[in-house]
Amino acid sequence: MALALQTYATVKDANAALKAAGTRYLGGGTLVVRAANEGDVSVSGLIRSTEPSLSTIAVAGDKVRIGASVTMAAIAHHPDLDALAKAARAVGGPAIRNMATVGGNLFAPAPYGDFAVALLALDATISTDDGDTPIETFLANRDGSRAIVTSVSFTLPKADSFRFLKVSRVKPKGVSVLSIASVLERSPDGTVSSARIALGCMADRPMRAIAAEKALTGRSLTKDSIAPALAAARDGTSPITDPIASAWYRNEVLPVHLGRLLLA
Amino acid sequence: MAKVPVQFTLNGSDKAEFVDSGTTLLHALRDKIGDTSPKGGCHQGTCGACSVIIDGELRLSCLTLAETCNGATISTTSGLSESGVLHPLQRAFLDTFATQCGFCTPGMIMAAKVLLDHTPNPSRDEVVEALSGNICRCTGYEPIIQAVLTAARSNSQNAA
Amino acid sequence: MQLRKSYFADVRKDDLHEIGQPRPRSDSPGHVTGKTAFFADRNFPGMLHLKMVRSPHHHARIRSIDTSEAEKHPGVVKILTAKDVPHNVYTILILIQIGPEDETVLADGKVRWKGEAVVAVLAETERAAQEAAAKVKVDYEVLPAVFDMEEALKPGAPLVNEYHGQNYYLYDSGECRKVRFGDVEAGFAGADHVLEQSYQSSPIEHAPTETTGCVVAPEGNDRFTCYTNTQAMFFTLDNTSIILQMPGSKLHFVGGTVGGGFGGKVDVIVEPIAILGAKLTGRPVCFIYSREEEMQISSPRAAEKVVIKDGVMSDGRIVARKVTGYTDAGAYSRHSPYGAQKGAGHYPGPYTIPNVWIDTYCVYTNRTPSSAMRGFGVTIGDFALEVQMDKLARLIGMDPLEFRFINAYRDGDMKAHRQPTEGAALIECMQEASRAANWPVAEKFMAMSSYVKGA
Repeated sequence: MALALQTYATVKDANAALKAAGTRYLGGGTLVVRAANEGDVSVSGLIRSTEPSLSTIAVAGDKVRIGASVTMAAIAHHPDLDALAKAARAVGGPAIRNMATVGGNLFAPAPYGDFAVALLALDATISTDDGDTPIETFLANRDGSRAIVTSVSFTLPKADSFRFLKVSRVKPKGVSVLSIASVLERSPDGTVSSARIALGCMADRPMRAIAAEKALTGRSLTKDSIAPALAAARDGTSPITDPIASAWYRNEVLPVHLGRLLLA
Repeated sequence: MAKVPVQFTLNGSDKAEFVDSGTTLLHALRDKIGDTSPKGGCHQGTCGACSVIIDGELRLSCLTLAETCNGATISTTSGLSESGVLHPLQRAFLDTFATQCGFCTPGMIMAAKVLLDHTPNPSRDEVVEALSGNICRCTGYEPIIQAVLTAARSNSQNAA
Repeated sequence: MQLRKSYFADVRKDDLHEIGQPRPRSDSPGHVTGKTAFFADRNFPGMLHLKMVRSPHHHARIRSIDTSEAEKHPGVVKILTAKDVPHNVYTILILIQIGPEDETVLADGKVRWKGEAVVAVLAETERAAQEAAAKVKVDYEVLPAVFDMEEALKPGAPLVNEYHGQNYYLYDSGECRKVRFGDVEAGFAGADHVLEQSYQSSPIEHAPTETTGCVVAPEGNDRFTCYTNTQAMFFTLDNTSIILQMPGSKLHFVGGTVGGGFGGKVDVIVEPIAILGAKLTGRPVCFIYSREEEMQISSPRAAEKVVIKDGVMSDGRIVARKVTGYTDAGAYSRHSPYGAQKGAGHYPGPYTIPNVWIDTYCVYTNRTPSSAMRGFGVTIGDFALEVQMDKLARLIGMDPLEFRFINAYRDGDMKAHRQPTEGAALIECMQEASRAANWPVAEKFMAMSSYVKGA
């Protein structure tokens, strides 16, 4: 079957069309058109929706809602989303960032999907017409997901509490060796009162470093006191092996880079 | 096979074609319209050789479906020079020996043009960032960076 | 750019007019305007797309091939298997009498590396060709495979290539290329220090931005025009002539514009099968590697292993050097027997050593066939040799650059393969490097010359 594109004005109609066999949703095209170009003949129907809400960014106080079709470039340039600009710029080169969408990034297999790592640290909520899902649950079930993602929502991190690091061999644009995002709440005495740490490339999809988060709580951000968190960073990881790095290498360097992120 | 109409402005001229649904803009430009200046190097968004400018933004034509470009304004490197006079970027690429095999050149020039359109006097770092999605396997990056900086300087001199 | 005319000033007239002067590149105006015509910029009405069905196994016997479903697929025009290729078993260096023919255009009875071409599908669209290729059924009996050169050379290793009969290329000199000069064992016996080290490298892909490919158009008179990005135009034409059993006068090759080659486009891979497709269908045909094919299927630089044993005196003279080189050809020869032979000629490096022993092996394994790439046969060897030189200098506590001055070959020195040295400019290059890198060496080395006797 030849490839064919169907465009719908509403997400509702696009969702209905996606029930047909052999269909996939087309966001920015950086994943699905690539797959078709590379000879993936399992997809014969591309479905997209031009519903305007998919392309809007809404910021109300510290609450943010980003439509699923919003591009990385739009996030990087948005005046209220400074905190996320670094993570958005970590995706691809300039042309890719003009195309790649927030919704698509949730489905990007490792070593891609750096922005989803940031969203995981932010504890984002993923919305579809069927309802809202915490990002962790969404990522775990994404392979079977059929409902079109309409938006991602999260609370803007307090000043300086969000950190993001992408490690790549080629700069400024390179595929990830790994990426790390963290949201660290601090007590008045400077110790960490709560931590959320997300890792990219340390499994087939973004994952949380839960043992490291626990080991960090109550600690100050000094070399000695983060040591237990670094020691626990590899807990539960199963990194990918690809042309960029082996699983062994990724595990070896993870504590080093997590240490740099925490001490930055 | 279902054909769909596509209609857009390419380098200032109106173009209308029927293409197979699902055809990439790269194929439509090269095989249907006959503008072969965008090149297919990887068809996966990695090399940047297919870069074109769509409505003022740098895009990869290999990952863009032609039928999503209806009504758009598209620029490619083949449309840069006017009545035989090279665009300052083309002139600079020529003068600074910024081409080797030439396969990445049209994409590089598109990426550079978008940069200079928005940032007429870029820093070296800004040039590097702007070209970061374009691979030159002959590894002639330094002359390419110099070409973009040279073109920016000649633009600002002309404007002065 | 600077020209240091002080070097060789007494032996060469200062009459350079072009060198050192910037001149516009003749191809650049085409490049910057997007007008340069690469092969894929040719488009013909009714052009067919060729996609290859490839082996998923490293080593397997083909029990059967069933193309019946694929033939029925909408858009499919022709499907080619080994029996359609007039002279299916070939080797590119046969043009210079380097046999035996050892490689199949399309696999016949057996596959010897993962990715080997088995069935060619020609269809109206790329998509139809991809879909039909997925419907070709090949029944394989998987065989034991060998990926390591030393394993391949052991008795009882799986035989990779029956056309050779053993897992190494049989030179007229035997199982390897050999250089024998002086008495290497006597040299080791008389040396103050002996150092043996081994070095190895992995295959390296050229990764040109333009992938390998060609576009073929029948001219309507049994003649075919082939637009190609080969780096080896007449090599390709002559081999195609043999493979298709077609006089060269029927083949019109148009090329010379290559979107990056680096040696990766000297094999004769896409043109014969694409021309055959055009001949059997009467239609234009394009066969262009996908990026994945370019990375996985096109020949890489060979993996190499180099074992170097040196005898060195405390005063810095290397008195004996024994080198054993292994070149991993992968499953087929392509240019690798030549690469391994080049290695033998290249060792012991640009140094004058009185006692030299060199063996270089071209080994077959079930890996992707390797071939040419920028200085193949010598580049990895140079890496090994120069790392070894640094280690030797450290061993005797000598400055590494001065150590090289002591051993550098100079005009008139006899090389190990018995060619007298001429035109050696190594001394002068190192003198300039010493200045440029601000790495001073003793005055006596700065006073040396490659060509002035006694200096």
